[in-house]
Amino acid sequence: MNIGIFDRYRFWIITTPFIWVGLFIVLASLLLLCISFSATEFAVVPYKSLFQFIDGGLEIKPDISSYQALFSDSFYIKALKNSLKLAAISTFFVLIIGYPMAYTISQASDKNRLLLLILIMAPFWTALLIRIYGWIMILKSNGLLNQFFLWLGVIDQPLQLINSQTSIVVGIVYTYLPFMILPIYSSLLKIEPDIIEAAADLGARPFQIFWRIIFPLSLPGVVIGVILVFIPAIGEFVIPDLLGGAKIFTVGKLLWTEFFMNRDWPMASAITILMIIIVVAPIKVVNNILNRG
Amino acid sequence: MRFSCSNIITICGFAFLYLPIITLIVFSFNSSSLITVWKEFSFTWYEELWRDEEMIAAFFTSIKVGAFSATGAVIIGTLAGVSLQRIGGFKGKSIFSMLLPIPLVVPEVVIAFAISLVFVTINRLTGFPSKLGFETVVIAHMVIGVTYVSLLTQAKLAELDPAYEEAALDLGASPMKVFFLVTLPLISPALISGWLLCFTISMDDLIISSFTAGSGVITLPMLIYSRIRFGISPVINALATVIVVVILLITIIVLCINFTKKTNYFKKRS
Repeated sequence: MNIGIFDRYRFWIITTPFIWVGLFIVLASLLLLCISFSATEFAVVPYKSLFQFIDGGLEIKPDISSYQALFSDSFYIKALKNSLKLAAISTFFVLIIGYPMAYTISQASDKNRLLLLILIMAPFWTALLIRIYGWIMILKSNGLLNQFFLWLGVIDQPLQLINSQTSIVVGIVYTYLPFMILPIYSSLLKIEPDIIEAAADLGARPFQIFWRIIFPLSLPGVVIGVILVFIPAIGEFVIPDLLGGAKIFTVGKLLWTEFFMNRDWPMASAITILMIIIVVAPIKVVNNILNRG
Repeated sequence: MRFSCSNIITICGFAFLYLPIITLIVFSFNSSSLITVWKEFSFTWYEELWRDEEMIAAFFTSIKVGAFSATGAVIIGTLAGVSLQRIGGFKGKSIFSMLLPIPLVVPEVVIAFAISLVFVTINRLTGFPSKLGFETVVIAHMVIGVTYVSLLTQAKLAELDPAYEEAALDLGASPMKVFFLVTLPLISPALISGWLLCFTISMDDLIISSFTAGSGVITLPMLIYSRIRFGISPVINALATVIVVVILLITIIVLCINFTKKTNYFKKRS
């Protein structure tokens, strides 16, 4: 659409966002790529520049030691496996809990629906750190859940709930639930009631209606929800750090440690590049499937 | 109810969503310093919070960072939205529109690390910014905000009838005047909700601040994080309750602005 009012100033309008994207997206990505192939150095800026000017000529010496470490050191491989596993388990539970919630909300009356959606979104707007802190209160060894179980007499020793993979999964499921509910809800809302009525008239039982009509029609929402949960869950830092304790490493925590504790920027860059590949590849695949279908 | 099983899960799901928040609020009124043992009702921890100067300073730093970065993000994000929606066929437009949403896709640690690398490199080349601090945190917080605002403005501009702008132009208004007196007021709901969105994201951000703050600045989430790691204290409960109330108010404002006109979203297609 070109209606002309911006034409006189188009250069000035376009320039600022262009510079912005150039700096913080293009330059940032190039820097990550270059530094991941650089050698580590003990200095204020802890890496050797990839481009060296020697005798007036430009010399490029890529150093792949960071990547070698990333793919051979069992510590890094374990962190990567942990991230993928925790993200996958969490996504599964988010789907199991989120789908029925989305369904119930889509069946509610117009007025209740608005209220329920606001109730779903409200916690999402409350600081994440503070909600995780709430979970620490509940899950820690003398926390509320253990007190409750002890009071019930189900257990006689406090369970180790926090600083485990379970507590990380609880944190991720809790944080990402709205991201699953909303897309499923909108695709459920788009289903024509006539189709369901027709199926019922033709003698389909409720379970058949759900499994053969409602669920397939809501699949696009499920796919979007899975992407919105699985992908950020891989790179999550706050949840595994505060609920997972010091022993369980994930790629997000690894990047944090390499940057702040070890000051190994080439390693941190290599981890980042790997994370970007892990995150972008599934989006590409799903995009292709959606475009074909 | 045909799928009553789903209703039970829904009730449990809501309980799950609100359990930690309710726990926090209830125990903020607990007089015991043992955080999970209820003693008696008191405002002790609110008084403590009121006297905690480090916390209050961090709070105002966060407010400042949030306000500056949200304003900056709205300005650049609007320019980006206008470029993509109202200016046709310039060089690099498709690449530009592909690159712009990237900050929403990649994990926050990745964005934070990449931005800190950009600052270090620019500092090496030009000597500016001389050190990591308030300014770098503000600029870094704008990165995600610009993307959000540009998406909101694009959506708003797309549904805006260009006839308004054309009419003003035909009646002799200069393009500048058309933009500030016609376009901007018409897309202002998107800008206001964009500003509030950026502000809330900035107030909530730990990771990007930590990577770009250096040693000069401590934002509220950074302080909360270090306190939680140090050991949990009921002062954080009191603070949490205050934040829940404030953010709930902001949420209500955003929802009122955003959804008064979009009620279709909640109605079934008939």
